[in-house]
Parts: sequence; C-alpha cells; structure tokens
Amino acid sequence: MNHTTLVGLILLLPLAGAVFNGLGGLAFHGLRRQKVLIGALATLAVAVPFVLALYLFLTYEGEPLLARFFTWIAAGELELAFQYRIDELSLVMTLIVTGVGALIHLYSIGYMYEDRGYWKYFSYLNLFIFMMLNLVLADNLTLLFLGWEGVGLCSYLLIGFWYEDFKNSEAANKAFIVNRVGDAAFLLAMFLLFREVGSLDFGALLADPAALPSGVVAAAVLLLFIGATGKSAQIPLFVWLPDAMAGPTPVSALIHAATMVTSGLYLFARISPLALAAPGVLVVVALVGALTAFMAATIAVTQYDIKKVLAYSTVSQLGYMFMAAGVGAFFVSIFHVLTHAFFKACLFLGSGSVIHAMHHVEHTLHERGHHGHLDPQDMRNMGGLGRFMPATRTTYLIATLAIAGFPLTAGFFSKDEILFKAFEYGYNGHAYAWIAWILGVVTALLTAFYMMRSYVLTFEGTPRWPMADQVHPHESPATMTLPLWVLAALSLVGGFVGLPGVIAHGEWNLIHHYLGASGGGPVAEPELQAHVPLAVEWALIGLGVAIALIGLYWSWTAYRRHGLAYDEMLRERFGAFYRIWAAKYYWDEFYDRAIVQPLLRFARNGLAAFDQKVIDGAVNGVARLMAELGQRVRRVQTGVVQAYAMAIVLGVALVLALMLFG
Amino acid sequence: MNLPYLTSLVIFLPLVGALLMLPMRRVSAIRWTALATTTVTFLISLLLYVGYDPAGSPAQPQFVDRIAGWFPGLDIQYYVGIDGLGLLLILLTTLLGPIVVLSSWNYIDRHQKGYYTLLLVLQTGMTGVFAAYDLILFYIFFELTLIPMYFIIGIWGGEDRIYAAVKFVLYTLVGSLLMLVGILYLGFAAGDAVNGGVFTTDYFKLLAYNVPLAAQGWLFFVFALAFAIKVPLFPLHTWLPDAHVQAPTGGSVILAGVLLKMGTYGLVRFCLPFFPNAATDYALWLAVLAVVGIIYGALVSRVQADAKKLVAYSSVSHLGFVVLGIFAFTVEAMQGAIIQMINHGLSTGALFLLVGMLYERRHTRLMEEFGGIARVMPVFAFFLVFTALASAGLPGLNGFVGEFMILLGSFKSALVGHPLLIALATSGVILAAVYLLWLLYRTLFGPIQKEVNRTLPDLNAREVLLLVPLAVFMLWIGVAPGPFLKRTEPTARFLLETVEQKRLAALEQAEQLATPAALRRMGSEGETVQTANP
Repeated sequence: MNHTTLVGLILLLPLAGAVFNGLGGLAFHGLRRQKVLIGALATLAVAVPFVLALYLFLTYEGEPLLARFFTWIAAGELELAFQYRIDELSLVMTLIVTGVGALIHLYSIGYMYEDRGYWKYFSYLNLFIFMMLNLVLADNLTLLFLGWEGVGLCSYLLIGFWYEDFKNSEAANKAFIVNRVGDAAFLLAMFLLFREVGSLDFGALLADPAALPSGVVAAAVLLLFIGATGKSAQIPLFVWLPDAMAGPTPVSALIHAATMVTSGLYLFARISPLALAAPGVLVVVALVGALTAFMAATIAVTQYDIKKVLAYSTVSQLGYMFMAAGVGAFFVSIFHVLTHAFFKACLFLGSGSVIHAMHHVEHTLHERGHHGHLDPQDMRNMGGLGRFMPATRTTYLIATLAIAGFPLTAGFFSKDEILFKAFEYGYNGHAYAWIAWILGVVTALLTAFYMMRSYVLTFEGTPRWPMADQVHPHESPATMTLPLWVLAALSLVGGFVGLPGVIAHGEWNLIHHYLGASGGGPVAEPELQAHVPLAVEWALIGLGVAIALIGLYWSWTAYRRHGLAYDEMLRERFGAFYRIWAAKYYWDEFYDRAIVQPLLRFARNGLAAFDQKVIDGAVNGVARLMAELGQRVRRVQTGVVQAYAMAIVLGVALVLALMLFG
Repeated sequence: MNLPYLTSLVIFLPLVGALLMLPMRRVSAIRWTALATTTVTFLISLLLYVGYDPAGSPAQPQFVDRIAGWFPGLDIQYYVGIDGLGLLLILLTTLLGPIVVLSSWNYIDRHQKGYYTLLLVLQTGMTGVFAAYDLILFYIFFELTLIPMYFIIGIWGGEDRIYAAVKFVLYTLVGSLLMLVGILYLGFAAGDAVNGGVFTTDYFKLLAYNVPLAAQGWLFFVFALAFAIKVPLFPLHTWLPDAHVQAPTGGSVILAGVLLKMGTYGLVRFCLPFFPNAATDYALWLAVLAVVGIIYGALVSRVQADAKKLVAYSSVSHLGFVVLGIFAFTVEAMQGAIIQMINHGLSTGALFLLVGMLYERRHTRLMEEFGGIARVMPVFAFFLVFTALASAGLPGLNGFVGEFMILLGSFKSALVGHPLLIALATSGVILAAVYLLWLLYRTLFGPIQKEVNRTLPDLNAREVLLLVPLAVFMLWIGVAPGPFLKRTEPTARFLLETVEQKRLAALEQAEQLATPAALRRMGSEGETVQTANP
C-alpha cells in the first residue's frame, strides 16, 4: 500500500465509525442495543489507524510525504486541497492521537456501558479522532482549521453529552463560544498570511519567513497564539476548560487532557519557522504560558472536585508547554505533549474509575434507604479508596509521581527539559526567560504538592462517605483497568525518548533528533551561542529532583497526618491569597460583568429597542405621513385613474428633467 | 449541448402547473399537481446544470431564448439565458420548489388552491429574475414576485399579517419604482450612445455603454437602494422580521431562500458593471453598512424570544457577509458572496422549515415554550444541530466556505480591506455561534419543563424527506464546492474585469471631456466633473 492509501484509511476509518454508529443509531433503534458491536467497531476504527500509523512511522525515510485527495476551495489565487503531510511531527502526533485514543475507546466500553446514549457517545468519539487527525495531518492552515473547529465541535457535543442538565449544556456553549473567540483570531491570521504570501500551504508559508515583513509575521503569529489560547486553555481564554469537566470522564482524558488541548502546541511546532521570526511574540507566549502554569497550579491546590484538580493541572501543564514554545524549544513542548498524554490520561481515567466506584457507593446507599446527595467527584466524600481499588490506586500513584517529576519518570525528563530550555534561553541573553524559569520552578513545587494531595485525599486515610463500614466500592472491570496499566507503564518509561543533554552530550535525546531541524526534522530551533556549563546543568537537575521530592513529601505527610483539616490550615496561613485561588482569580465573574452582561443589555435594551423604536419608528412615521398626504390628495382628486395618470406624468417629467439637466 | 427553450421551460413550467390547477377542486389533486410540477421543474433544471459549459465565454449566456420586436421603436426583448451566477440561483429556486410544497402539505389548511397557485406563479417570477437579460423583462419578473408574496403573507400569515404584508410591499415598491426611473433613463441614454437612438434595455448593450460619471452617482443610488431593501441591508431591514414572523413557513423559506437573493443578485449583475465608478467609490460605505449589519443582526438575533425572529435577524447578519463580499471587488470575495447566497438559501431555508415543524406541533415559536425536546425528538435535534452548525460557519459545512472566501477576499481588497473592518466582520463568526447555540440550548437541551412537550412526535418521513436534500447540499458545498465554484468563476471574473475596464474608460472619457472645458474656463474652479455629461 502506498502512503496515500494509508493516510486515506487512517482518516476514513474513524469517520466511517462515526457515521455508522451515529446515523445508524439515529435511524435504527435495534442497533442501539448492540453495545458490544458498537464499542468494538468504534475501538477498532481507532486501533487499526494506530497500527497503520505505526507502519508509516517505522517505514518513514526522512522525506516528508504528501497525500493529496481532492480540491477543497479554489477561487482566484486561493487553492486549498484535502492534502495531508506525513513527516516526523505529524507522525508523532498521529501516534499519540490514535494510540491514546484507542485506549480511551476501550476504557469507554466499560465506563459508558449503562448509558442511554452509548451509540451517540462512540459516534462523537470517533468523529473527534477523525477531526484531530485532520488537524495534525493537514498540509495547509485552513485544513488544520477544519480539524481545529471540528474537534471543538466534538468537544461541545461531548461536554453537553448529558444535556438534560442545564449546567452541562451551558458548559458546552461556553466552551464553543470561548473557542470561537480564539478561532476568529486564527481566521484573521490566515487572511493576513494569505494576503502576504498568496498561499496557505505550509510549504509556501514556512519556506522563507525572513522574506516577509517582520510586522506581518509578528501579527500573524500573535493572532495564531490568541487562537491557541482558546483551544489550549491559556490566559485569557482558559475559562472554558474547567467547566468542560461536565462531560464524561474518558472525554476529559482524551479531549481535554491528552489531545485536543495540545493542538495549540502542535500548531506552534508546525509553524515554528514563522514563530522564531517573531521574537517579540515569543516573549508574550513564554510569559503567558508561565503565568498560566503558575495561576492554574495555585487554583488546583484549593479544589475538592477530583476532576477540577486535574483540569486546572492540565491548564497548568499546558502553560509549561507554551513556556517551552516561548523560549524557542518547540520540540520540547511536543515532548511534554507526549508524556503529558500518558500521565494525564492515566490520571483522568483513574479519576473516572474512582467516580465509577463512587457512583456505585451512592447507588448502594440509596438502596439501603440513605437519602441525600453524594457528589461522586468530591474528594471530601472519598478517602481510603486504595484498599478497594488497588489497580486504580497504583496507576494513579505512578501517574502522580510522573507529573510531579519524580526521578526517571516521564514527567521528570520532559519538565526538566522545559525548565532547562528556559534557563538556557535566559543564559543566552533573553531576560524574559528567567522570569518564566522562576515561575516554572515554583509551579513544579505546587504541582508535586497538589497532585499528592489529590492522591492522598482519594486513596489514603479512612473512608469519608456515609455508612463506610458497610458500603464498599469495587474495582473497575478489566476493560477499564487495562488502559490504566498501559498508560501507567508509559508514564514510567515514556520519558526515555528524551534523555537530557548531560547524558552522552545529548546524543540520546531521541525526540530532539527526530523532530528538531538540527536532525533534519520539521521543528525549527533557535541558534544559541552560549552553552550552559555541565556542572550547572547537573545542578539544575538536582534542583528539579529536590523540588519534586519536597513537594511530594510535604503533601504526603501533611495530608496523611491532618487529612482535610490541612486545607483549613492552608486557608488560615495564606488568607487573602487562598481566597483568591479558591475563587479562581474571579475570571468568570470578570467576564460575566465586563463583557457578557453588558453586551446582552446593549443588545436587548439598546439595539433591539433601537430597531423597533427608531428604525422601524421612522418607517412607520413615513407611512403615516403618506397616509395623511393621501387623505388630503383625496379631497382634491377623487378618481384612482387620475392619481395614476398624475403619477405617470410626474414620473416621466422627472425622467425628462434628469435627462436634460442631470 | 444546447436544448432549445430549456430556460423558458424552467421559467414557465410552474406557471403552466398553476393554470392546470385552476379547474381542480380536490385538495389532494392540487397538492400533488403542485408537487409534480415543482419536482419536474427541478429535474429539468438539472439539465441546465449538466448542459452548462463552464469553459464557455462568460460574456455570452448559454441556453439563450430571445424574441425581439415587442414594441415598435423600442429595443425591449424577451431575452433569457443562463450564466454561472444565474445557474446556481435558478437551481436553488427549483430545488426549494418541491421542498416548499412538501413543507406546506398540512401547514396550509385553507384556500389551498390559491396558495399553491400563488406559489407556482412566484416561482416563475423568481426564476425569470435570475434568467432575464433584458432590463425591462427583469423588472417585470422582479415585480411579479411581489404580488404572490403579498398575498401569501396577507392571507396565510399570522396575526399581524396585513401590517406585515403591506409593509413588505410598500418598502419594496419604494425602491423598485425609483429603480424604474433609473432603468428608463439608462435605456434612453444607452440607446442614444450605442443603439442608434433606439431605447434599449438589452443587458449587453447596456454593458457596452459607459455611463457618464455624473449620472453614475444617482443611478447607482436608485438601483442600489432597490436591491439593498431587498437584501436587506442595514438599516433598511425592518420589513424582514415582520414579514418572516407573519409569513407561513413556506413563505419564509422562499423569502429567505430566494427573494432576498434577488437583491444581492441585482447588485452583482447590474449595479457593479453598469456603474463601476460609483460602485467602487461607495464600496467602503456599503461595506461598513454590511459589517454593521453583520454585528447588529447577530446581536439583535440573540435577544429574541421568538425562534423565527431569531432566524430572521440572523439573515440580516448573513446577508451582510454577502454584501461585504460583493463590494470587495476581488475574485475570492465575489466567489464567496455568490456561494454564500446559495448557502444562506439552504441553511436559513432549513432553519425556517425546522422552526415551522415546531410550530406545527405546538402552535408557538417562543423558545421558552420548549427546552429538552432533544430527548423526544432526536431526529429533529440532529437536523437542527446540523443546520445551525452549517449556518454558524463550521468548516466542512457550507457556511464556512462562503464566509471564509468573503473575509479572505475582503481582507486583501484594496477598497474595503481595512484590518479593523474585517476584524469586526470576522467577529460575526463568534456572534453567530452565540445566537445559534442559544437557539439549540433553549429548544433542545435541558430538562423537559412543559408536560405537553413530553409527547411531541419526532419528524415523520415527509419532514425528513424535505430536509435531507438540503443537508446533503450543505455537506457537499462544505466539502467539495468545486463543481459550483467552477461554474461561477468565469462569471465572477468577467464581471470584475468589466467593472475595471469600464471604470477606467469612464475616467478617461471624463478626462478627455474635461480637458478642453478646463482650458476654456481657465480661472473658474471646480467645474470639470459636471461637463462629463454628454
């Protein structure tokens, strides 16, 4: 099979799965009951593309391959095609999307089995994979944008999956609209680039950024970054992601942690030659990333909903990735995309396993006549779950260590690399990178702290749900724990594809050589003159290890000893700061009062009233005036025929007058 | 391939169907006749699509039928034909024909004969508008659409139907009567200049005539006013919400789907190439009005309580994109504007159909009366979400293709490509999501709050049948608009090239006339432009 056929299959299988389960389930109620068939088909529709992508990956010879199917939009100079690009970057992303995607499909079979909308769920999930593959494989910006908005659509559909609760639908609307703000900027970037370059194909866009006016490049990269702050949940557009947890938990793992939200990083790695030509914008990227990382980490410390902790953690980790992009280390941000996909998907699926179990607890309580609502996501109702769910507990702990940067785990390598790159960039005279670095180090401490907090509050200590001595939760079925083990294993060893520079002079940083321009890959790298001394590099690694261990140990001992009471101690110690963190820095309130409400008031009391009273009032006024004139005319001339005749005469007179004097 | 009388057949077949219907008494016979007529007309119109040669000269319409010598001494003809622009709009008209008949099947429960007769007459008028190559003929068809629509709103409409119908007619008449004056002037002036003194309204003869600069201003104004009312361009839009809300579903579908396009069609076909200097001079102003309309329509749409009014105001927003694209004077934007006319007909037509289906079930269109009905009407929910996404410009569906090309082409336009203006226009895609998701949220999602909604029947086969073709075209244009764009591109290029040539020619003419005059009147200032008039 040639590569075009392979790419075609990789794209079409998930699409076919989505259409079959979606339209089939809509039209034939009998199909909806074939749950095994639906789940198996949907999973295969992603697993087979993974195998095909693996084959492409293994046989890839270092030269980008293009697969063109047909023309999409052509008009004037514009020529856009359904054309896909296979290169190192898109291969890595395709493997992440289909690999993690297939595991999460498998997990969902068990997790969603009882749901009425099972068929619909898998249709949306397959459609998501199709759109995500469009995003990472596209060879022009507009096709990438098709995937970009397409994954947004699936995100909308899945956040609002349980639409009968208003709250979920509202979260879905918020996600779509906030993302649309970013997308509008993305569109403007395309218009600008098209005007300057005359094409939106990556080949033409990235060929020679130096030839473009620097202001144009800066504006375009900045606009694309605004787009990325939407999809990848950065300040100021991150506000939709925490609410997006309203969707089913496997969705949070796949879309809102492992894949879709990393699109912005993929975009920047893809356009890295352009981004490097806009050094001023990179300052913004790095600082926004670092600030987002820090801000979200402080919020995560104060959350009780286990998914909210993970959501803010995701925002924070995405901030790290943008920090890397902002210091020109685009391949490192992809490295962190990769490791983050492993440990964050593992954490989310683990939380899903916990929620699954807590639902069971709630259910059993109801059966035994205990009424009252038990929030299955609130860690205040958990505690001691490790005893009942050993697999979930172990995998969650492994992923926690990985995200905290425990030595030799996946997160250790990728996060250290980000911090090192920031340090190195600062060392090379870019002062802003120091600020990012400091924020990054503080965030690393917070990360270790809040993640261990979530682990201890969930799995350690004594159970806090009612009738805990009689009602016991269960471990989840194998379709759910198997993906957990795979992801946990990858969280342990996944980092070895990017060993740091202190080892064998960076020779073993495989992902760097694979993706980076210095090794023939598509991801551009800045030229750095000054090299950080080896001793300093070792010291930085030592600092990273120390920070991770301190954070983990502090949190472990504090929450083991005090349990939930430690949060009260934090609240007292940090006072106003803690209140701001717990209130999520008032972003939602700010947007509501500064933008949403005023705009709605303006539309309702301003425009709609203006429309009726002023514009339509004028129209009706003219009509009344005419009617009155008509009354008077009628007194003079009664016959209709005469009126017509006069109108004709007047009209002809007007024409003649215009011809003569016009 | 050039079948004789094909264009005329497509235009007049509905009229023939209407005449056949006159002696009929049974409602079912009337309905089936209407359905058969419109379906056959659609199938025949496909021959136009198949037979249309995209490589043919854009300066020459295809499938031409002409009969000259109506009036001795006046060069007014029956002259119809098809070019890329007309082809797509005619296909949209004929496609919507049977869909509208089907949608009215049970909705129209009195005076059926009158309704379907008017519907068919209306279709003849609309098709004629897009095929006419004689300005008087165009005007006749243009006005012919007014009367049936007036009665459709006035007889089968809602409570305030009389007010809405009269408003619709008066608004349109004000514009079109002024345009008639313009047409007469143009016919005489062109007759003098290029037709040996014989009054002419032959499109191509008028095209060959360079309207003097001084006359272009007011002529452009009267033509553009007539068409802008029809579009409707902000602030001439207030007839639209009333007409839509009062009209029966079928009337709304035609109104939004086709009648509004007569306005944008007129701008492209006549205003631009006849008055190129005025059109380019005022391009920025019209673009500003268009962008105001995009944002204004969207915001007002969001705060409506009535679902139909929401869709009606969304038309103001969507048509704003089309007008922006027309006055950008770039091939990309013009192509986008043309395809967006079709897109709007498809998606807004479908939205009106869907809102009508709700109305048939509950006899209300207030969104607060619904909520949560996705649970009981999943097929309806699917089509409403699909259509809303198409309308909101989701890539992969039709709305994106049009809006993208319009905005991209406007951004590079020398006339309207101010970054701030285009940024504001682009913010329309955010607002489109705001009001369309609001519509979905209020009608489909949340818990079912009204008991009566718990037993609403989902769409029946007839309703699905009339939505499927629209959905297919929305997807088709969204993924592979090539076949359509290929047919309109020569026309779009030809019109823009004509505009440029004539614009320069008129300037040159003015200069030549101005120079001796200026020499004669040395010392007196500011007189040069006036003398350009022959």
